Order: sequence, then C-alpha cells, then structure tokens
Amino acid sequence: MAPSPLIALKGVDAGYRHSLVLHGVDFAVDHRSFTGIVGPSGAGKTTLLRLLLGSLKPASGTVERAPGVAVSYVPQLETVNWNFPITVAECVQMSRTGRRLPWASRAEHAEVADVLERLGIGDLGQRHIRELSGGQQQRMFLARALIRQPQVLLLDEPTSGVDISTRHDVLHLLADLHDEGIGIVLTTHDLNGMAAHLPDLVCVNERIVAQGPPDAVITPDVLEQTFGARMEVLQHLGMLVVVDSSGPGRLAG
Amino acid sequence: MEALLDPLQYGFFQRGLIVATLSGALLGFIGVYIVLRGMSYIGHGLSHAIFGGFAAMQLFAASFYVLGAGLWGIASAIAITNVARRSRLGADAAIGVITTASFALGVALFARFGSSGPAFDNALFGSILGITNSQILWLVLVTAFTAIVVFTRYRALLFTTFDPEVADVSGVRVGRTEALLMIVLSLAILVTLTVIGVTLVAAMLVIPAVVARMLTDSFGRMLVLSTIVGAISGLVGMYLSYYAGVPSGTMIVLVGTAVFLVVLAITGVRGMRRTVGLDSHAAPNVKAAIRP
Repeated sequence: MAPSPLIALKGVDAGYRHSLVLHGVDFAVDHRSFTGIVGPSGAGKTTLLRLLLGSLKPASGTVERAPGVAVSYVPQLETVNWNFPITVAECVQMSRTGRRLPWASRAEHAEVADVLERLGIGDLGQRHIRELSGGQQQRMFLARALIRQPQVLLLDEPTSGVDISTRHDVLHLLADLHDEGIGIVLTTHDLNGMAAHLPDLVCVNERIVAQGPPDAVITPDVLEQTFGARMEVLQHLGMLVVVDSSGPGRLAG
Repeated sequence: MEALLDPLQYGFFQRGLIVATLSGALLGFIGVYIVLRGMSYIGHGLSHAIFGGFAAMQLFAASFYVLGAGLWGIASAIAITNVARRSRLGADAAIGVITTASFALGVALFARFGSSGPAFDNALFGSILGITNSQILWLVLVTAFTAIVVFTRYRALLFTTFDPEVADVSGVRVGRTEALLMIVLSLAILVTLTVIGVTLVAAMLVIPAVVARMLTDSFGRMLVLSTIVGAISGLVGMYLSYYAGVPSGTMIVLVGTAVFLVVLAITGVRGMRRTVGLDSHAAPNVKAAIRP
C-alpha cells in the first residue's frame, strides 16, 4: 500500500503576476520520494519546487500538506551572498528560529557540531562561509536544512556549478538521507550526471510531460516533448546517456 | 586633558556629548542591518522623508514634533518598503520621488512659515545647541527599544538579512520582521536628526558598519565593532565640532571617515574584499515578487 503523501498538488495552475508557468499539475511527495525535476529553463521547475515549499500559492487547484509536515529547503549556491559576515556554525544555527536569545544554548552547540560532523565538515564550524569549497558549501546548507529535522528536503540545482567529484559526493549524501526516511525532491539541468542516477524523474515543460524511473522517462520522445529538441539515448555500462542529436557538426556547418 | 575637560563645564556640551555618543552608537548598531541588506539608499531616502514630517510638526504642533515626525517617518518607511517589495523595476525612482517630495515639503514649510523649534540649518547639518532633556530621554528610549528588538529578534533579523526566501519557509515572518526593522530605523533617524543632521544621518548608518565589516567576518563582532566606531565618531566629532566651531554632524561624519581611512590603510586589500557586495540596493522580498 502506498504511503499517504506528505505534500500533494492536485490540478494546480501557478505562475507569477499575470502569466501562468505551470498548468494542471498533479504531483505528490512522501517519505519514500527521491525525485528529480528536469526540464528546460523557464519550464517551471523552480515554480514546482516553490509550490511544494509553500512560498508560492497556486492560481487554481489545491496543495495539501500532512499536518505538521516539516519541509526544509536548500537554495542554489549561486543565489547566496558568500561575502555575508557569517561563520559555518552561525549559518546552521540561524534556522533554529524557535530560540529567542541571540546566543546558542549548550544543547544547540552540540546539535550543530553533530550535524556538521555527520556531513563531514565537523572541523569547519568557525570558518567564514566564503572559505569553503563548493562541496563543503553544499554540505553546510544541507546541515542547516537537516538541523530542522525535515520529513521532506527540497533542493534547487544542488549540483549546479560543482565539479564531478563533488557531484558524486552530493548524490551519495542525498541517497543516505533518503535511506534514513527523508523524502527528497530536487531540480536539475544535468541529465547525465544527476537525473539518470535518480530512481524517479519528473519531466516538466509548463505541465508534467512524464513521470517515472529513468528507463521509462529518458526516451527520445519524452525528451523532445520536454526540451523541444531531438536527443538520442544510449546505453553505456548499464547507464543511460543522453546525446544531443543535432551534434556539433551542424553548428560548424 | 584640559582640552577634554574644559567644554564639560557647559551644560549644553554635556548634553551634546551624551546625545552625539549615543546617536553614533545607535546608528552604527542599526547600520549593520541596513548595510548588509543593501538598504543604504533607503536609509538615505528615509532621513530626507522624515525631514518633511519634522518641519510640518514644528509648524503645526511643535510640542509633539517627535511623535508627529515619528509617525510621518514610519508611514514613509512603510511606503518605501512596499514600493521596494512590489517591484524591483522602478523602485529606486519611486523611493526617490517619495523621499525628495517629503524633503521638499519640509524645506518649503520652513521657508514660508519659519521655525518655532530647532532651526532649519540645525536639522540639516546637526547642532549641539539647544538639546533638551526630553530629546535625551527620547534618544535613550529609542536606543533601549532598538536593543530589545535586536536582542529578542536576533535570529529572525539575521536570517531575513542573509536569506529571506529560506527564512520565509522556515517559519520566520519576513514581512513583519522587515517592517519592525524599518520602524526601528525611522525612529533612530528621528531622534538623531537634530544632532547629526538630516543630510548626514545616512553617512553614520553606513560608515561604522563598513568599517566593522572590514575588520571582521563574524556577524556578532560586526554589530559590536560598528556600535563602538559609531560611538567614538560621535564623541570625538563632538569635541572637534566645539573647537572648530562647525556643525556637529559634519565633524562626526568626518571623524567616521577618518576612522574608515585608517582601517582601510591597515586592512588593505583584505578589508576592501570584505566590503564587496555591500553597495547593492535592497532586493525585493522574493515571495512578494513572485506572487501570481
């Protein structure tokens, strides 16, 4: 029996000001979700994430949430002001908004140390956030999200602008969190490096074009409907590889 | 030592010294949030907007000018915040219109009807003359209110300053927190206006915070350092104003600028690098901006 959803979108239209970006979206997240949202720029990936997050209200349709569901969000690294005067520990602590006093309690210090340790950056608590590598920055925001003990974790382009090794680290880290029972939904542009490794994908282009495991979703037809361009899908060492069929030859042309 | 003690024999200087030091500290303290939010322009505009209320209240209800100008300032602050939140495009222009129109109204009222309270020049450039005990009391009350707000809302203010979108979805009432900050800012500008001067208040919001940012990478330490730099600028500027015979606000700002140059020379490239990104204007609240 399928678990009851923690967040469910039913027949949702949504957008900004007077223009709709998403139409007729039905989508649900539960504690078993490990879903990647893929699509071209402007297709509505971030809009879908914001609907799940609750920072955007639907123009029509409904968003249902399980009572008391805890959702945490990890922003894109590119949107962060890395020059802000703050240490890693201060950044993680700030999301504990329940405490009124400015300074952290002894229990909070221990909790922050624990979560940083768990994410492999236990010795970086007193560093300024600018002094971290891309992978460490991603871990810091995961720590800030995890300290709120979420049931659902939403991530906006978690591997954007990071190297291959960091991408692997992030993917494994998210798989571990999923194994611990946290539902995960992320957006990604990276079909080969990220999306093909996830158990569940949603292809979006102003509506949900397809949803399912990579084998069912990463097909030339679905990709053409989603991205508006013909792509080939190859098998390499058991993995799906997407290749742009237009190829570089046409440009050289 | 004589140079330090001599002016203290005058009551007006004692009151001026207290007010200048406390004003510098208060503006330095709030300035950290203003600078880190890229709101320096809003601080500048707000001080000009409040001048309109200050002038109008002097004319119609001189005894209640603090209250009246305070309400005027808060109304201006809310108008500015709403304009900034609703649309990034044109926000600067709209803020410019609201604040300069209010400032122009103040100038017109002073020119046509004169003043029954602190003089026009004093309001513009600051003065140590004629500071009353009630002004000191108002300054102390606003300083205490500011300290209480920051103490009890520390994390919410920090979170909304650093990352308003995530703060919003993490249970922080971003709109309410921003409104609270704007109220504190307008009250602080109002009670420091007669000593620092309307044209120079914005400088004292920015300079101590920038100096503090050059010295530290920690938010907590930045708050403390900015407050200290503001207080020292007020104290030293007051003495220099007395001996040089120039308006207090100008001297306080010049001392702050001198501190800035000294710290810049000491911290060099590292200090300058830390201030990168402090000059952007306030980004509108994302949630408001994306409302369908």
